[in-house]
Amino acid sequence: MNRTDALDVVKESIVQVVPDADLAGLGLDDAFRDALEMDSLDFLGFIETLSERTGLRIDDEDTPYLTTLSGSADFLVARTK
Amino acid sequence: MAEFTMPSLGADMDKGTLQEWLVQPGELVRKGDPVAVIETAKSSIEVECFATGRMGELLIEPGTTVPVGTPLALIEPAAEGAGKPEKAEEKPPVRPAPAPVSAPPAAQDRGHVEAGPLVRHLAERTGVDLAAVQGSGHGGRLTRTDVEQAAAATTAAGQARVRATPLARRLAAERGVDLAAVTGTGRDSAIRAADVRKAAPGPTAAGPRHLTVPVRPSHPPEDRTAARRQAIAGLMTRANRDIPHYYLSTTIDMAPAMGWLHEHNRRSPVAERILPAALLLKAAALAAREVPELNGFWTDDHYTAGEGVHLGVAVSLRRGGLVAPALHDADTLELRQLMNGLKDLVARARTGRLRSSEVSDPTITVTNLGDQGVETVFGVIYPPQVALVGFGRIVDRPCAVDGLLGVRPVVTATLSADHRATDGAVGAHYLTAVDHLLHTPEQL
Repeated sequence: MNRTDALDVVKESIVQVVPDADLAGLGLDDAFRDALEMDSLDFLGFIETLSERTGLRIDDEDTPYLTTLSGSADFLVARTK
Repeated sequence: MAEFTMPSLGADMDKGTLQEWLVQPGELVRKGDPVAVIETAKSSIEVECFATGRMGELLIEPGTTVPVGTPLALIEPAAEGAGKPEKAEEKPPVRPAPAPVSAPPAAQDRGHVEAGPLVRHLAERTGVDLAAVQGSGHGGRLTRTDVEQAAAATTAAGQARVRATPLARRLAAERGVDLAAVTGTGRDSAIRAADVRKAAPGPTAAGPRHLTVPVRPSHPPEDRTAARRQAIAGLMTRANRDIPHYYLSTTIDMAPAMGWLHEHNRRSPVAERILPAALLLKAAALAAREVPELNGFWTDDHYTAGEGVHLGVAVSLRRGGLVAPALHDADTLELRQLMNGLKDLVARARTGRLRSSEVSDPTITVTNLGDQGVETVFGVIYPPQVALVGFGRIVDRPCAVDGLLGVRPVVTATLSADHRATDGAVGAHYLTAVDHLLHTPEQL
């Protein structure tokens, strides 16, 4: 998976959980969970969607990598190599 | 014939807008089937049918806002065939007489109406629900004028007519009970004082909550957020005015629970993972079963225990405001079921598709502000409930464990309780129970 695709999947997964998320106003290095006021259920939904779309298993231990858009994209790129 | 009225979906609702019908006239409906979507100040709600039967005439068009208690549709008993009129006297009314001032205690089928065939025909044509009309004829019999007036009133004001004894009216006014939401057991379904007293205690699992605030003049909410704010303001003002709260707090060691949870999640596919919130909710529900004094309603100066533990879960909505719909029988759900129920409930709360039974019958509410980062929350009780449980964030803290200092995940559990219903000792018992339950997560 290249980085552009990865970033798209991350964004799509966020929008799936927070349909009215303003991604245009969200910086690549912003902590999106805080910025979009995602609670733990939303975040779990995000992980589920991400997992479904990429076929990756994402564990609780991986979640520290999934705080920003760019961090999440990097994580996906690294895992799908 | 029964009438399906605008239900009161929580103590803070006085009117609602019919968004859409989910059924057509003539369709068979079972008790519990969603039949309509109602929009309240807080959200859109799928309203479930309270009876089994055949949908009769739909009296209200989608988009119409009416006060709680207004008839929306008729439900014909399925067994009685194609909606034949019930027994009616053939003789026309002799002359108008004052309506009965008091009704005999003999219980009568709701919906049985004294009216002649011509009057029934007129009622059908004008869309008037006879059961909701006050008869001015002999013995409360309905006359042509009654129906004409009712038809005019319905179109003009969208107001439901309610027949009730003077004492019932006075009681209702004193206790803030909306007569339109009360089922009358008196003659011709007139509401008697006893019905009002019965309506004042908490809701039953079967029907919509009867306790409402008095109907205010309706004005269309320009701004959903503002309306939502207003609804919360009204309810919380009432809670703080009427409920003498007492507050308890305890710190619970979450190491066993979190350890169990991590192990479970490590072994499970993503879709079956469980959040700490589910453990906390389950513990809160089991403790409520253990301490039934906190699981129910304070109405009419006495406490009524809830039937089952229907755990209200405070869900914050993205554009502001919150709702606290019920996870039904949360104490009996396995963690996986509870987790799925929670996901479903939160998703529907946010997309506006809660069901009427969920918003009208929580027996105790839990607020979990852990995600918002705070450690302690002392909540305001949702009347007529008598307790609200609060959980904060799970944080690592230094703790004395077996005489040594260790770092453990802990959570602050709080209880706001109604001092009219219980004393501190009962509340303490409850929080201790929550603590014990969270120490044996495998049994949750």
